[in-house]
Amino acid sequence: MTIDWFPLWLSLKVACLATLFSLILGLWLAYLLAHRRFRGREVLDAAVALPLVLPPTVLGYYLLVLLGRGSPLGHLYEWIFGAPLVFTWQAAVVAAMVHAIPLLVISARAALESVDRSYERAARNLGASEWRVFWKVSLPLARRSILAVSVLAFARTLGDFGITIMIAGNIPGRTQTIAVAIYDAVESGNGALARTLVLVISALALAVLSIANRLAAKQVAG
Amino acid sequence: MIQARIRKRFPERPDAAAFSLDVEFQAASGVTVLFGPSGSGKTLILEAIAGFVAPEEGRILLDDEILFDASSGVCLPPQARHCGYVFQNYALFPHMTLRQNLAFAAERRPRLERHRRVAEMLERFHLTEVAGLRPHELSGGQKQRCSIARALIASPKLLLLDEPAHGLDAPLRAEFFDVLRQVRAEFQTPSLLVTHDLDDCFELGDEMLILREGRLVQTGSPRAIAERPVNVEVARLLGIFNLFQVEILELDPQRNLSRLRFGEFELAGYYFPGRLRGDHVWLCVRPERLGVFPRDGKPGSNQIPAQLLRSVEMPRAVRLEFGGGIQVELARPEYEKQKNNKEWLVWFPPDALRVL
Repeated sequence: MTIDWFPLWLSLKVACLATLFSLILGLWLAYLLAHRRFRGREVLDAAVALPLVLPPTVLGYYLLVLLGRGSPLGHLYEWIFGAPLVFTWQAAVVAAMVHAIPLLVISARAALESVDRSYERAARNLGASEWRVFWKVSLPLARRSILAVSVLAFARTLGDFGITIMIAGNIPGRTQTIAVAIYDAVESGNGALARTLVLVISALALAVLSIANRLAAKQVAG
Repeated sequence: MIQARIRKRFPERPDAAAFSLDVEFQAASGVTVLFGPSGSGKTLILEAIAGFVAPEEGRILLDDEILFDASSGVCLPPQARHCGYVFQNYALFPHMTLRQNLAFAAERRPRLERHRRVAEMLERFHLTEVAGLRPHELSGGQKQRCSIARALIASPKLLLLDEPAHGLDAPLRAEFFDVLRQVRAEFQTPSLLVTHDLDDCFELGDEMLILREGRLVQTGSPRAIAERPVNVEVARLLGIFNLFQVEILELDPQRNLSRLRFGEFELAGYYFPGRLRGDHVWLCVRPERLGVFPRDGKPGSNQIPAQLLRSVEMPRAVRLEFGGGIQVELARPEYEKQKNNKEWLVWFPPDALRVL
């Protein structure tokens, strides 16, 4: 039996990009929630955690409405990149980000808030701008926890199924990630392929999680 | 020169009683000590000046710059206040070497000058050899010197020190006092020093502000305050006085005399202006101003028989604790002469008596 490894590579690519983008967006949101007082902060705080509790189909539906060809955002994307977003592998990246962002925001916020306030005060007192305080003091002091949760977020993005199938679809060789491929294999009675992919993704997740645990443990010790 | 009028209220919370700070003071060059018990609002004053917390009312002026003014809505961010702050835990950035800590503070200076300034400060505070180490690898004294150097590197107009000698052992305290004296001599930066240790005040303070429950209760030089506490509260806070309730039996301004009833005894003192006969007042006497005599025969004037409860050895003196809460501090040679007394008389010299 020859196995098509495309879904695995696609999943890894999607997970890497999704983690990277989520980290940027998640750190920004975490910073806002941890340090800024503004109107609508409580709403944002709750909204960030929403993807953790809503069914993937609901989230997928929202994304379809938000990013579909008829929506302003969808138009904008099409105008910039010359092609629609939905039912491409890029849409799978967006799907994965929906899972990674809540995880990153909640943990990064806790990590930023646990930095001793006197360090940030000292930095401000020494004339550092808020931007510099964040990059040179807060972030380096919280970096281990943030790194650990980034690895965890990577593992989480590897395994999305529901949102991906709704906005990226199931196009073999183009948008079929490993989770979707497993579903496909089971549906079409290809038990051998399903088993192999299941074992591969499980081993990968296990490895990534043990890295995350090791990073988190070092944080406690050091 | 710092001029501050600061008001801030904190409502009662489950974990903290209601608290309000309401102070007005100014401090010129030299070291001004904010002295008071824990929770009296000392640190809050520093935080308000540095811009970490915003008062509700008031005005803070540093030299001729307005840092905060509630009525016109001015509230400069901490970055723009030019106050050096030395934190209680030093707050040296743990992920940077000592040199990087100083360089972080010198960032606003021109690039060429920055490097020279860091080197100069390292040299001045005897830190050049350990400049490459991280804070956790340094001794307590080195951390302390580094935190002061870091606060001074940007040439602040005011130095704020939050109990920097708190919890240090005797040699480190002495070292810290030396550093601060050096700072006072070389940098001429006016300093506000928060402490609840009276020794710090006398060691370093040119001026002293006494705080209690968010209010200033007395200001003046430490020596003047120790000599004449304004009321019994201050005397209690300083903790260096015998305090007894007495009644004024007689006041004679002509002969500059007074008589006080102290329990079943009488004491003669000088005239106390502004008091009336029959007033119940606090008699305030420093323990080292009292004397003791062996009791043989009839007590002389201002000598009160007392029972010795215990004697406490101190570094350079001995404290004798008598019944009735009378404490006497004797220099060691004097104690050696008296220590075999069976019964004691405590002598209250008339010029040592103050009433509050």
